[in-house]
Amino acid sequence: MMLTDLSLAGALRGLERREFSSRELTQAHLEAIEQLNPRLNAFITVTGEQALEAAEAADRTRAGGEAAALTGAPLGIKDLFCTEGVRTTAASRILQNFVPPYESTVTAQLKRDGAVVLGKTNLDEFAMGSSNMNSAYGPVENPWQRRGEVARRVPGGAAGGPPAAVAARLPRGATGTDTGGSIRQPASFCGIVGIKPTYGRCSRWGVVAFASSLDQAGPLARTVEDCAILLGSMAGFDPKDSTSVDRPVPDYRAACGCSVKGLRIGVPVEYRSPGMSAEIEALWRQGVDWLREAGCEIVDVSLPHTKYGLATYYIVAPAECSSNLARYDGVRFGERVEGETLDALYERSRAAGFGPEVRRRILIGTYVLSSGYYDAFYLRAQKVRSLILRDFSEAFQRVDALLTPTAPSAAFAQGEKMDDPVTMYLNDIFTVPASMAGIPGLSVPGGLDEAGLPLGLQLLGRPFDEESLFALGSVLEKAAGFTHLPAVRAGAAS
Amino acid sequence: MSYEIAGETGTWELVIGLEVHAQVVSEAKLFSGARATYGGEPNSQVSLVDAAFPGMLPVINMRCVAQAVRTGLGLEAQVNLVSRFDRKNYFYADLPAGYQISQFAHPIVGAGKIEIELGDGSRREIGVTRLHLEQDAGKSLHDQNPTRSYIDLNRAGVALMEIVSEPDMRSPEEAGAYLRKLRTILRYLGTCDGNMEEGSLRADVNVSVRRAGEAFRTRCEIKNVNSIRYVMQAVEAEARRQVSIWEGGGTVDQETRLFDPQRGQTRPLRTKEDAHDYRYFPDPDLLPLVLEEDWVEALKADLPELPDAKRVRFVSEYGISHYDAGVLVADQATADFYEMVAGGRDGRLAANWVLGDFFAALNRTGRTIADSPVTAAALGGLLDLVADGTINGRIAKDVFEAMVDTGEGAAAVVEARGLRQVVDTGLIDAALEAVLATHADKLTEYRGGKEKLFGFFVGQVIKGMGGKGNPALVNDALRRRLAQ
Repeated sequence: MMLTDLSLAGALRGLERREFSSRELTQAHLEAIEQLNPRLNAFITVTGEQALEAAEAADRTRAGGEAAALTGAPLGIKDLFCTEGVRTTAASRILQNFVPPYESTVTAQLKRDGAVVLGKTNLDEFAMGSSNMNSAYGPVENPWQRRGEVARRVPGGAAGGPPAAVAARLPRGATGTDTGGSIRQPASFCGIVGIKPTYGRCSRWGVVAFASSLDQAGPLARTVEDCAILLGSMAGFDPKDSTSVDRPVPDYRAACGCSVKGLRIGVPVEYRSPGMSAEIEALWRQGVDWLREAGCEIVDVSLPHTKYGLATYYIVAPAECSSNLARYDGVRFGERVEGETLDALYERSRAAGFGPEVRRRILIGTYVLSSGYYDAFYLRAQKVRSLILRDFSEAFQRVDALLTPTAPSAAFAQGEKMDDPVTMYLNDIFTVPASMAGIPGLSVPGGLDEAGLPLGLQLLGRPFDEESLFALGSVLEKAAGFTHLPAVRAGAAS
Repeated sequence: MSYEIAGETGTWELVIGLEVHAQVVSEAKLFSGARATYGGEPNSQVSLVDAAFPGMLPVINMRCVAQAVRTGLGLEAQVNLVSRFDRKNYFYADLPAGYQISQFAHPIVGAGKIEIELGDGSRREIGVTRLHLEQDAGKSLHDQNPTRSYIDLNRAGVALMEIVSEPDMRSPEEAGAYLRKLRTILRYLGTCDGNMEEGSLRADVNVSVRRAGEAFRTRCEIKNVNSIRYVMQAVEAEARRQVSIWEGGGTVDQETRLFDPQRGQTRPLRTKEDAHDYRYFPDPDLLPLVLEEDWVEALKADLPELPDAKRVRFVSEYGISHYDAGVLVADQATADFYEMVAGGRDGRLAANWVLGDFFAALNRTGRTIADSPVTAAALGGLLDLVADGTINGRIAKDVFEAMVDTGEGAAAVVEARGLRQVVDTGLIDAALEAVLATHADKLTEYRGGKEKLFGFFVGQVIKGMGGKGNPALVNDALRRRLAQ
């Protein structure tokens, strides 16, 4: 067994037992990154030197008999989290030289708990996309391939880097952010676990904003337990984020493996879309059976406003992004393209700095907020949003959690769905409603499709009831026995 | 009589509304911990939040919220227990985030009122539509370099209260009185220093004209007028401009204008077509601002006495005229000074001294109450010497001038210069005989029935005593002597 094969929990156990040092562990990961990143492009920036220094510090800490939750564990950080002294690009040209003089709260907490940061992982520009084809630093390749095919597939998005890296075993875990599904959909595409916690659970301070009312940080890792360990460090109240919620962080790890007997699980009928593939439907049914066998009671529920989720999302998120991204104007950040007037400077700098998908969303967002359209679009979307939330609140009076597929398909090929943004947006159809409602969602690999690509199951829970999701996720994980491996991974002959 | 502009075709009425931006007195900015004080090297009071670095988030400064609530209470306005912050989106180099956080749909303070008093003593109530909190922008400096603009973000993010009036004012004088009264209230509350030269109080002036009894016509907004005098001038100039357009058969276009004090004219800044679409929407980084009723009540209980109430109290407590009370309360420092002088003394005498000799001395020496050479205690001491008969009222004036010049106390001046008034009746009688001897002719006239001359004799006697004669004793002695 190689060091890169270990789960996060396994690696921590090995460090605890002095079976290997953090330096050795980190070195092994850096070598794997060196070997595979040129192909996968999962990392934008690799911070090898700092990682080794942090690993040595972790080893000293352990030698001193002290260890925190993550002491010595090598992680990848989505390049949307500001990291002090380390370039933070948001995968955009406009931030290509941006080195923050500050550390995001979430990464600061991971470092506080001893994490070793290997580098900054790739994503769609400003986290906008479902394929990771929109990065100014090139697309990310999914380590998984269809059986007998060599066509490169997308890892999902917006953050394809973290799940691709985790699936290929380059870090033990990674941070992501989820605005409309950017943790769960790529986790599903890459055959790993990812959780978007409740809005307000993790601080947004120091995370480059896409859509502030939706953005939420969360972990991606190979197992449910690993995600629980990571979330335990990432979560917590932050007075610097007014939308962060002041309530204690439970022991998520302890929730993994808890009995789920007697829990009521809702199956939302509206998620059974007419075009759903038989494989996805079969997997969903399988997931229901697994939970029933574990002692859960299965209940059909209705979330009638689900069908408006995507349309609503693509009004609210672009509206917020059009405002959030106004600060990238060539005056202080990014490459400035001079113009004769201030307006010309803005137009040229922003045209040069933003890619086509970001420009598209800024245009949509600007449009839906303009006077004369605000009521018809933004205001109505907010009303629908509260109806979506009400759907969930009513459902959660009857059930403890919901089970759905994570995405409507397995990973598609690079270049596919690129000509029609709406088809691309449909990838988020199952993940977006939970984002709109701010409730937690966990994606667990459930199996492979007939071509050998991973498919995920999504669990949705009550606000701040991540514990139930971890318990239920552990049950699914165990029942699925997902031990399949991607074609491209550390240690595999390539 | 109401104010009107006489045009070629008849008279026109003015309609004026003011939007006042008042910088909140607070240590820190509205959403960042950076210092909010005036001055400082350019860009020395800027946090990462103010400079809109990626991932930075606003956190409301409750001190600024308290100041806005206190101001609302001072304007007898509705305090909204739930309000909300919106983003006002526009691009400008001194607006780092590309949006200003403001309150558009749900302001923290609703309708209130301000009573103004005009030169003829008449009073009017001007409605306040609302008060909301917002961030100030930075400052663009265009005159430092021929080809470049420099940006100073010290002011970026400082809390402002925008106080919007109803279109209730009808003359330049009313606009001036409103602004003056608002500034007095803000200063009493300590929520804005009211310093128009430093820009901590600025007014946008909305002006339209109409025939009496008509509905409102199109208005123009004159931006950022920075003195009360200019506000009054701008109103008049803009109203005259509009009258001549209407009378020339034209139409006034809704536009934003600037006032040029040198030329005494307004000129266009931007037309309605160039108006920004600010794309207001609720700021998703901030939760609705929810206030506890108890908290608001506690602020209310702690409010200082405001000028209107103080004026009423001064009249009843010190027996001074409504007019004098109005002058005394117009400035809190003056009111406080007066109370220290008047406390336990003759209130009217104190008012006469403060409004008369004391103010004259300040004017003459170019000082203010804060650095006055005569403190309230010292002036009180002078009044005490008059009250206990140590000096007479006439000598008191000389003593006061000496106090202004030397900064010494009244008693010290009186002792050093031997100004204690003479109560020795022997000395008074001697001075009296000397006067009667000198003015024998006047004495004859007096005896002949010209009794007015009594005052003349009193004056001459006191003068003959170097001014130090006790007027009452001189009166008595003289009355006795002339009755003989």
